[in-house]
Amino acid sequence: MGNATLQFLLVLMLLFVVAVPLAKYLHLAFSKETTKLDRFFSPFEKLIYRVAGIKNLEETGWKKYSVSLLFANAALLGIAYLLLRLQNLLPLNPGKIANMEPTLSFNTAVSFMTNTNLQHYSGETGLTILTQMIFVTMMMFTSAATGLAVAIAVIRALSSKGKTIGNFYQDYVRAIIRILLPLAVVVTLFLVAFGVPQTLDARTTVTTLEGNTQNIALGPVASLESIKHIGTNGGGFFGVNSAHPFENPNAVTNLLQILAMWCIPAALPITYGMMVKNRKQGWVLFGTMLAIFLVMLTVIYCAEQAGNPALNKLGFSSAQGSMEGKEVRFGIPLSSFFTALTTAATTGTVNNMHDTLTPIGSLVPFGLMMLNNVFGGEGVGFVNLLMYAILAVFLAGLMVGRTPEFLGRKIEPREMKLIVIALLIHPLIILGPSAIAFMTHLGTDAISNAGFHGISQVVYEFTSAGANNGSGFEGLGDNTPFWNISTGIVMLLGRYVSIIALLAVAGSLTQKQPVPETMGTFRTDNATFGAILIGTVLIIGALTFFPVLVLGPIAEFLSIR
Amino acid sequence: MNSQTKNQSMFQGPIVRQALRDSFKKLNPLIMMRNPVMFVVEVGTFITLLMLLMPYYFGVQDQMGYTIAVFVILFFTILFANFAEALAEGRGKAQADSLKKTKADTLAKRLNEKGEIEEVSSTELRKGDVVVVETGDLVPGDGEIIEGLASIDESAITGESAPVIKEAGGDFSSVTGGTKVVSDSIKVRITADPGESFLDKMISLVEGASRQKTPNELALNTLLITLTLIFLMVVVTLLPIAGYVGVQLQIATLIALLVCLIPTTIGGLLSAIGIAGMDRVTRFNVLAMSGKAVEAAGDINTMILDKTGTITFGNRMAAQFIPVGSSTETEARGAAVLSSLKDETPEGRSVIELAKSQGFTVDPAPYEQAEFIPFAAETRMSGMDVNGAVYRKGAVDSIQKYVQGLGGEIPADLKEKSDQIAGLGGTPLAISTGNQIVGLIYLKDTVKPGMKERFDELRKMGIKTIMCTGDNPLTAATIAKEAGVDDFIAESTPEDKIRVIRDEQAQGKLVAMTGDGTNDAPALAQADVGLAMNSGTIAAKEAANMVDLDSDPTKIIEVVSIGKQLLMTRGALTTFSIANDIAKYFAILPAMFTVAIPQMEALNFMNLNSPTSAILSALIFNAIIIPLLIPLAMKGIAYKPMPAAALLRRNLLIYGLGGVIAPFIGIKLIDLAVGLFV
Repeated sequence: MGNATLQFLLVLMLLFVVAVPLAKYLHLAFSKETTKLDRFFSPFEKLIYRVAGIKNLEETGWKKYSVSLLFANAALLGIAYLLLRLQNLLPLNPGKIANMEPTLSFNTAVSFMTNTNLQHYSGETGLTILTQMIFVTMMMFTSAATGLAVAIAVIRALSSKGKTIGNFYQDYVRAIIRILLPLAVVVTLFLVAFGVPQTLDARTTVTTLEGNTQNIALGPVASLESIKHIGTNGGGFFGVNSAHPFENPNAVTNLLQILAMWCIPAALPITYGMMVKNRKQGWVLFGTMLAIFLVMLTVIYCAEQAGNPALNKLGFSSAQGSMEGKEVRFGIPLSSFFTALTTAATTGTVNNMHDTLTPIGSLVPFGLMMLNNVFGGEGVGFVNLLMYAILAVFLAGLMVGRTPEFLGRKIEPREMKLIVIALLIHPLIILGPSAIAFMTHLGTDAISNAGFHGISQVVYEFTSAGANNGSGFEGLGDNTPFWNISTGIVMLLGRYVSIIALLAVAGSLTQKQPVPETMGTFRTDNATFGAILIGTVLIIGALTFFPVLVLGPIAEFLSIR
Repeated sequence: MNSQTKNQSMFQGPIVRQALRDSFKKLNPLIMMRNPVMFVVEVGTFITLLMLLMPYYFGVQDQMGYTIAVFVILFFTILFANFAEALAEGRGKAQADSLKKTKADTLAKRLNEKGEIEEVSSTELRKGDVVVVETGDLVPGDGEIIEGLASIDESAITGESAPVIKEAGGDFSSVTGGTKVVSDSIKVRITADPGESFLDKMISLVEGASRQKTPNELALNTLLITLTLIFLMVVVTLLPIAGYVGVQLQIATLIALLVCLIPTTIGGLLSAIGIAGMDRVTRFNVLAMSGKAVEAAGDINTMILDKTGTITFGNRMAAQFIPVGSSTETEARGAAVLSSLKDETPEGRSVIELAKSQGFTVDPAPYEQAEFIPFAAETRMSGMDVNGAVYRKGAVDSIQKYVQGLGGEIPADLKEKSDQIAGLGGTPLAISTGNQIVGLIYLKDTVKPGMKERFDELRKMGIKTIMCTGDNPLTAATIAKEAGVDDFIAESTPEDKIRVIRDEQAQGKLVAMTGDGTNDAPALAQADVGLAMNSGTIAAKEAANMVDLDSDPTKIIEVVSIGKQLLMTRGALTTFSIANDIAKYFAILPAMFTVAIPQMEALNFMNLNSPTSAILSALIFNAIIIPLLIPLAMKGIAYKPMPAAALLRRNLLIYGLGGVIAPFIGIKLIDLAVGLFV
């Protein structure tokens, strides 16, 4: 326990060291004013604008911003689909990998475009070097940049009064050029330094100790690994993702990956505090997320450390904890941490198999994806938290006898209508398709463990797709048209409905004259608000998903203890 | 406050009976649809009814007792919610009915083109008609006096029995239909068509007929509908998901779960809270033109108050007795007291008070038979005739004329001393005994008692107060300091008020103000909350979004409290309703699954008797909490002015934490009782 606490504290400390300066950098990078960064980055950006034919960089309202966002994403989706369908004919295919079939191509293209990276294929055998590099790696940048742009636009709208929320293309290009690319270069170099391969060779052939020959898959792994985490994408180069010794060879690379996927989601609330000129409020939001995260981390760590109740009952020693599906080089603490973080930040990368988590342990990835706002995916997670903050303000704000206001802006029917769209869509796309899956053989046939665990498998798949996480309860045989199409639709809805609804909320709030703060104002920058926000997130989340969790992990736990 | 309605208890017999009848009428699905949360309950009830009617079709023939129990509880849940709304409406209607009595058809004396009087029904009067109203007549419609002066009894509208003086021209020229002229005769130009008069508006407002949902209510309603949809989704999807592990869920149980989870408590009480909030304002004798105005009052950041009449009594309180001519102060005081002995006006009373504070009291017994001369608009003086002695007090020029008429002399120092008083911003009143002027009463502007404390309260609520006065800056500063307002505008004009309101609004603040004159009308319209005095002009009343029937401008402060209380009640009951769900889950979920999955019994923390008893207990709790909370919804939750942070902590503790804990206790207790039968 002491050892684990020490490891957790070390990671937290390093997070602060990375996130605080990064937050300042984000603030600077997206500033409306001319900054010293412009001199260095502008030439690259101008080049991109010229190539893409983007001439107008004026700020736009939320509608135009959303249209630009959808247009850019749809164009990439089309290109990605074609690349996957034709990869066999394109160069850089030394492994002679075939074209991907249509429903899997749809699923995969959507998956990477929506920052989900749900993989119904295995990277080694499903993708060519070209598609790994152009499709996977490019989409990892663009989807992360989309999320980041949304977060910045929403924060910008809350921090100023006017009709516009920003220019999508400018935010998008800046996110790639100023944030993601430089970070990716740094992280890649670190990863290579600690043993992650980076080569254009598809495989290497070795002679084993027994004298047999064996083909070992290789490729440009390190570059993909870096953006996979920085962009909270999660799609692995290999099927088993960051549990693979080439993706994540040791504890140092594991730590690097943790920090890489955590740094931007953790920096955003701090950047937010700077932009709305209320740093305390930024820290309250950060604290809220960290508090929920630490509770979840404690739950999963204790559950995994306690071991599998069924085996313990048979008299096996639980001293090692439940190591099934975990890598010895990470052990219980770093596996638990990775699982909690990858679902909190909705990265979806895994260094252990979530399918073999103990039932109580598996409640943690479920819970974090169902909440979808504890740090959350690149940008969108933070925007989700803001949505919950507005809800909390609405409920609690009435109790001080005033029309609820957030950052001095009144929350009125229009905002409420938009917010509930985002609130409704999440349970709808998780529970609805799950119910459908259980009603048809197309769904239930994929389940590899019947009973309560089967419920977990199915619900996990849609939760992961809905939260744009991408991790899986890998026992599920999900590469079928039913799963490819259903999860594809869920990913699309999960991503864009809430993004657009929340951009609209921002567009509406930015036009309101902020009310100055008085003694009668409900403050949103103190511990009381933090507690109310935690309460709102947990109660609304728990009330929505409690029954299905009772039938899945909780019933499984009760039946094997 | 209106004495007729003040003492009405919440649960009066006839109102309750009517509300009971209405609870059934409101079962009509078309009416029910306006409240989506309760409509879902009604649909659930209907489905259980179908199950009772066709048990074999639904396969529930073995569980008839259980299904009947669910049906009955659901049915009562709806009735309780309907009753809450009907009760709130009924209380409003009762008030409207008493108003309608005054609206009885009256005869109007209309002047035709030739200037002759013709008698017509008041319902035939149109805007622009001119009528003559004489002593004893009811004013046939809202209008403006164009000729004459009269004292008018407005008790039908305001409950205040003392008549008020209205005259043509100036700020006191408007009359309201249904009020009674008690002296003199006036010509009135009608300003409202039938059905649009002040009284008509008032009736429809208190009846709730023209009640529109406020933005705040709409936003909350959106959230409640969403929660209902989410839980509908949760419950519907549970059926196939549970089916996969072989748990066959009963329809009645799923409906019970759904009804327990959706926010029926707040859904059932929401409209009652809104109606009751308006009702509280009306009972307070303030007529709000919309619920929105009342809620806006809760949001006020800045309050602009006139000095005279609001913060101070006006030039009305006796501060000093000043002898004139050869009289002594004692003589002046004595005459002043006798002239005021039976004078019930504030000035009159203040004279007695001042004398008392100077150690001078008069035994009223010898003056029982004395004749009191009340203040009249024509003579502008009042006094007492007793045993041949004549005491008068009044405006200096009136008294001068009066004593001259009796052959008296005017003391040489009268003018000098009365000018001195006027120079200090006060009002001089002359006192006479017989035909001799003995002294002056210095009526001084005095801050009303308790104003300082109220401004402190407002400050705690985060509201800034600005005092407007025509006084010079020095006098204004003195009064401002004495009263404890945050800011003041001296030598202010009506334009100044608009400017201040706009400045404050430009900073995003909401501004409230009171006014009565025509020149206040633009500012009243500009303000977010404008409270006009009923004694004021029609223009002022039309520009404002609230009218105070008692014409007491300080009431704006209470209106703010009522607005805040209304929002708080809504927020608190919503929080309570949602927090309740945790306990309901722990009652129902284990009960639902335990039959098929025995291990689920571990989740039965409350140790409830049996699955059936657990579900019924949760459902019963869900139903009876509605009537239990009706008094709270009607009265509003307790509110004391305090900073938002303290208020929030208090309400969170009571309604948030309380909302989590209360149902655990409630359900357990109900289960103990239900366990005896099931």
